[in-house]
Amino acid sequence: MIRIEIPYHLRTLAKIDGEVELDVAAPITQRTVLDALEARYPMLRGTIRDHTTKERRAFLRYFACNQDVSLDAPDTPLPTAIALGAEPFLVVGAIAGG
Amino acid sequence: MSKVRVLVGTRKGAFILSSDGKRQKWDVSGPLFGGWEIYHMKGSSVDPNRIYASQSSSWFGQIIQRSDDGGKSWHQPGTPAGQPTTTPEGMPLAESNKFAYDTSSATGKPLTTHQWYDGTQHPWEFKRVWHLEPSLTDANTVYAGVEDAAIFRSADGGQNWQEMPGLRGHGTGPQWSPGAGGMGLHTILIVPGDPKRIYIAISAAGCFRTGDGGETWKPINRGLKSQYIPDPNAEVGHCVHRIALHPSRPSVLYMQKHWDVMRSDDAGDNWHEVSGNLPSDFGFPIEVNANEPETVYVVPITSDSLHYPPEGKLRVYRSKTGGNDWEPLTRGLPQENCYVNILRDAMSVDQLDSCGVYFGTTGGQVYVSPDGGDNWTSIVHDLPAVVSIEVQTLP
Repeated sequence: MIRIEIPYHLRTLAKIDGEVELDVAAPITQRTVLDALEARYPMLRGTIRDHTTKERRAFLRYFACNQDVSLDAPDTPLPTAIALGAEPFLVVGAIAGG
Repeated sequence: MSKVRVLVGTRKGAFILSSDGKRQKWDVSGPLFGGWEIYHMKGSSVDPNRIYASQSSSWFGQIIQRSDDGGKSWHQPGTPAGQPTTTPEGMPLAESNKFAYDTSSATGKPLTTHQWYDGTQHPWEFKRVWHLEPSLTDANTVYAGVEDAAIFRSADGGQNWQEMPGLRGHGTGPQWSPGAGGMGLHTILIVPGDPKRIYIAISAAGCFRTGDGGETWKPINRGLKSQYIPDPNAEVGHCVHRIALHPSRPSVLYMQKHWDVMRSDDAGDNWHEVSGNLPSDFGFPIEVNANEPETVYVVPITSDSLHYPPEGKLRVYRSKTGGNDWEPLTRGLPQENCYVNILRDAMSVDQLDSCGVYFGTTGGQVYVSPDGGDNWTSIVHDLPAVVSIEVQTLP
């Protein structure tokens, strides 16, 4: 199972409490993980990635195993620890702004 | 006795304020959608229980919410026609949040850029819905004014949105540029009894009018003066903050502009200034008394650089002559140390015999005058910054 953490407001929108656990078929990449997340929680479409371009929204970043992977290509394999469910894939909102 | 329902959009959620026709004791519900910017909420005049809300976030984008019970409960309406409204697990779909610009050659011209702050061309990018305007004849039809400026329409209660491409495609689009707050289509006025006639206003492109339900549009900015535009006769480029009309006189328009309060008596074909004796003719909202078509309200702020009331005194100004002669309304409003602003969609009126006037401030206050502006009281005074106010008058 792939573990995903999303920001507070998206958890509220999707009525999620805590981490999300999803079955994602290989390869485990940003694209496949987020596709699975949006398939399971369609109201999150457009909130992490643009509806049309599927590009990451500017005020969000992706982290995996303490590394910022936001600028990696969406089809780059995520670390093994993510694929094994040992570490969560993090979607993090910019802190600035209030 | 009639009731009023005030729909308040703030930077950190929405609130609904309810009272009877006396407008003295208020019930406050909220925050709804806590933590999100609620740019606008508006109810249908066909079915007052139908309310649409624009829930927006710089982080997470645009969400459209709809209530069918007067604001007690809300849902995201989106799904393509004929498909289930939720997933098998009961999760709402998100098509109602998708605002995709029309780039097809069949129904729209492939407009891809507009003018940027530095004069270069910039791609058209959707940011948020600024304003929702329900149809006057059908509870399921609603228009959305968005940033970057365009007008969208839903005919299925907000489930799906299509751009009305004739506006961006009529020819002047590449010359439109954003104001400081972004290039938003912030005002949509549907003419009662003539729903094919619609006026819209964009910062900072100007006003436009359609007479065929949005197929074709015409800029209506002749007579507007904007010093920052090199060409004094420019067809577009004016930073119109807000326009308003009275339903009984749909060809008489009032405008609060980036400097100047203006009036048109010919459906926008020509404008003339009616700032008159205002202490400052810079401001954002403008409204018309529901019972008196020549009674107009503005809230002057000091200047384009100082977005707070002159001398620290919060004064609404009223003209009973359609402009030029303005009187300050101060009773019940703070007259010292007040440095709040009232944003363009944060003023509204009710339809009661003694017309109630309402406005919300960036300081989180919502004021009401149940007597057309003579006396004011605060309904609430510690909300997050108020972005929008709409009032429903209920039987």
